[in-house]
Amino acid sequence: MSRFNKNGSREMPELNTSSLPDLIFTILFFFMMVTSMREETLKVKYTIPSGTQLEKLARKSCTSYIHIGKPTDALISQYGSGTRIQLNDKYAETHEVYDFVYADRAELPEVDKPFYTISLKCDKETPMGIITDVKQVLRKAYALKIVYSASKAQE
Amino acid sequence: MGKKNRKVPGLNASSTADIAFILLIFFLTATSMNTDTGLGRTLPKPPEEDQLDNEIKVKERNILNIRINKDNLLMIGDDYSNIDEIKERAKEFIANKEDRANLPERKPKTIKLLGQRMVTTNHVISVQADRGTSYWIYFEVQDALVAAYNELRDELAYEEFGIKKYAFCSKEQQEAIREYYPQKISEAEPKQYGKVQ
Repeated sequence: MSRFNKNGSREMPELNTSSLPDLIFTILFFFMMVTSMREETLKVKYTIPSGTQLEKLARKSCTSYIHIGKPTDALISQYGSGTRIQLNDKYAETHEVYDFVYADRAELPEVDKPFYTISLKCDKETPMGIITDVKQVLRKAYALKIVYSASKAQE
Repeated sequence: MGKKNRKVPGLNASSTADIAFILLIFFLTATSMNTDTGLGRTLPKPPEEDQLDNEIKVKERNILNIRINKDNLLMIGDDYSNIDEIKERAKEFIANKEDRANLPERKPKTIKLLGQRMVTTNHVISVQADRGTSYWIYFEVQDALVAAYNELRDELAYEEFGIKKYAFCSKEQQEAIREYYPQKISEAEPKQYGKVQ
């Protein structure tokens, strides 16, 4: 009747963890694929407006971002509270957008150039004057596809 | 000499998981997954030097003027309005279903799949903002206009093809619908009516 023998010293078999690294690596590769590197540190703060008829940005790799808003709290004492344009990592003037667009577009491969898009991330309270100035420069630079970045409105 | 009994000891791989975890956490913190959404627009080509004063004349009935002043007040056509009315006004204007005289003229146009139709081809919606206008109201107006177009296109998709949404139609059908309701929102140059603070 050894089948019901209870006094044998039974031990819990150890869990086999040899496939754990593979599992973690799979998750890692998944995240590496779906995410993108944070490229720039924001120097302006903004809340983008919300809308209902939004489209997803099709190609992230051929998109340049222009941030428009007020300097962040840490920088406000240094730069004042006026609305600023941020290109890459620094504040810029309106006319510098032109060179920025050309430099960014030149980096793209030839096939992607027609899809070059500018994403405008502007604060809700920005006066239209600044945005229009930027838009006029974009027109001159033949960067005609723009996206007004916005978040989905909660209903 | 006992050489046969020597074995290569198995590599201790128990810390690979930890290494992978560290990498994973690094990527989680250093990257962002925000899916960017927004309202797409195509800007008009820059005006050429010799073309400056050669403006295109548009009949008055074909234009819907939306003006926003520096205090974020709206005007559609000749009357004060607010943001909720824009969509309905725009829909009425674009479609002109009753063929009214003060709304855009309907002209015959041959469209693939649909045949010859009366379409308001020449309509233009012009949004004019002051330099001091806040961005959010401009954006909401644009959003409402796109909503108007999308609803009209959905309606047409249902009437013509029995499909509930424009987005579900095939490429040819979408093209036909786009020709029936072309999106014509003009990006007017801003004017400074009021003083910017």
